[in-house]
Amino acid sequence: MYDVAVIGAGIAGMEAASRLAQMGYEVLVVEKDGRAGGHVAGWDRLFPFQRNAANLAAEMLKMMDRGKAVKVLVNTTVADVQRDGQHFRIWLSDGQGVTVSAVLITTGFKLFDAHRKEEYGYGIYDNVTTSADLERMFASGKPVTTKKGERPQRVAFIHCVGSRDEKVNNRHCSKVCCATAVKQACEIKQMYPDAEVYCFYMDLRMFDRHFETMYLDAQTQYGVIFVRGRLSEAAESIDGRIAIKAEDTLMGKMLKISVDMVILMAGMEAAEETDKLAGMLKIAVGKDGFLNPVDEYLQGNFTREKGVFVAGACTGPKTVSETLADARAAAVSIDEYIRDGSEEKSLREEIIEKIRNKRVEIRNRRMKNEEGKSIEF
Amino acid sequence: MNFGYRINQSSMIDLDRASKDIATQVLQYEPSFAACIGCGACTATCSAGRFTPFNLRRLQLMMMRGQTDKAHAEAGKCMLCGKCQLICPRGINTRNILLAIHRLTTP
Ligand SMILES: Cc1cc2nc3c(=O)[nH]c(=O)nc-3n(C[C@H](O)[C@H](O)[C@H](O)COP(=O)(O)OP(=O)(O)OC[C@H]3O[C@@H](n4cnc5c(N)ncnc54)[C@H](O)[C@@H]3O)c2cc1C
Ligand code: SF4
Ligand code: SF4
Ligand code: SF4
Repeated sequence: MYDVAVIGAGIAGMEAASRLAQMGYEVLVVEKDGRAGGHVAGWDRLFPFQRNAANLAAEMLKMMDRGKAVKVLVNTTVADVQRDGQHFRIWLSDGQGVTVSAVLITTGFKLFDAHRKEEYGYGIYDNVTTSADLERMFASGKPVTTKKGERPQRVAFIHCVGSRDEKVNNRHCSKVCCATAVKQACEIKQMYPDAEVYCFYMDLRMFDRHFETMYLDAQTQYGVIFVRGRLSEAAESIDGRIAIKAEDTLMGKMLKISVDMVILMAGMEAAEETDKLAGMLKIAVGKDGFLNPVDEYLQGNFTREKGVFVAGACTGPKTVSETLADARAAAVSIDEYIRDGSEEKSLREEIIEKIRNKRVEIRNRRMKNEEGKSIEF
Repeated sequence: MNFGYRINQSSMIDLDRASKDIATQVLQYEPSFAACIGCGACTATCSAGRFTPFNLRRLQLMMMRGQTDKAHAEAGKCMLCGKCQLICPRGINTRNILLAIHRLTTP
């Protein structure tokens, strides 16, 4: 029935499923949560251009549904997988069994649990929160306030929480949190122009074409203050403010400051259960928990198991645009793999013919669906 | 043309002349010395730094740049409490580094 099973309906899974459907494949998407969209569906505005995140996810969902060739099962996981010659037999948590030609893993990432950096006081002090919590506050449309409901006068963003830290066994840089901190710092200043906003960083990784402009704007338009130093600790005072300590390394001096809110830039870790999935599918997992493609350079979406593919943040931290590009590349890789599916020329031609017919069928369905309806973008 | 500017030689790090001998020996004794990213967390948490202007991040960097004149006296300020080792995000064995610096710079 289905040609490809996609595991994880974040933006990587949705984009790959859309493209595969366009190419003429019937796709089953398995999502453990109650809705598609992954992390992005929970964010507010996306750097670098403040695109509305929920709209982006909703639009992708609509795109995916256009040809009626993608079936999404929410609240579902993979219970077991077995290879059956050229195919995979998958058993789902709801008891269903399906057979597919290829499997794409798009299980994304898990947010670092900031409780693990006890010295920063997340879950202990009221006004210590995370970047993800702040995104949700922004998305709620309500003003950002301290726990007591007061408007913050001073906010400190702490970079690299749970990333670049051997003490929590995460050596990697989570890549998106410098840009997220700068974005959120500017958003706080938009909300409260007279608030003082600080970023405590070890290195500012503004690697993308548009990020340096965000950084410059943060300095010149918004007056965000950047301090190069890693926090040593945070402590709560009687009035609920948080006193933080760091070395201002560029000054070579100790620095302390009291703030109304501390925002921890929690990093990315490999998603839970991805190692279990990797075990069932016999693919390689890196020491950091992220999945290893067979060749980082030339075959970034292939794994050492034929027919098993990977895309998105499950192979390491990525921005939205990087994730989407990776998902499209995975769709192309899967298409090639299925077309070349047989050693025998006649069989190969048969497969290609079947896909071609299917593509026309899916396209017709899509056209019919779109008839009279204009798609809103 | 003379604009009246002078470069003060003594305040300049001259990597052509600086000796890295001691840094090399510290590295041999404690290879994690090479992993410092200068984040300053050790300095911010330092027990000795609360009472004196002692700065472990800076001391390590000074060794790497061959600025070893004041190293012995500086390293002597450390109370070996180990807090810096607990906090270091690179998992550096700061205790061994401090001991090595102190020993290798003994006049
Ligand atoms: C705080 C924060 C803010 C960010 N802001 C931006 C921004 O402004 N701009 C930008 O470009 N990027 C931003 N990012 C990065 C962005 O979130 C990622 O690029 C994106 O989420 C990656 O998509 P993904 O589909 O690979 O993974 P995810 O979003 O993690 O989606 C994975 C999906 O797979 C599902 N899943 C996981 N395991 C299983 C399983 N075993 N079985 C079934 N389903 C499973 C999950 O439930 C989820 O739906 C931000 C990241 C963070 C942490
Ligand atoms: S992106 Fe920035 S904040 Fe995030 S881990 Fe890397 S250096 Fe740290
Ligand atoms: S061991 Fe020495 S350098 Fe490290 S924190 Fe303690 S006093 Fe400071
Ligand atoms: S905490 Fe570690 S990495 Fe940071 S400055 Fe000190 S020794 Fe270097």
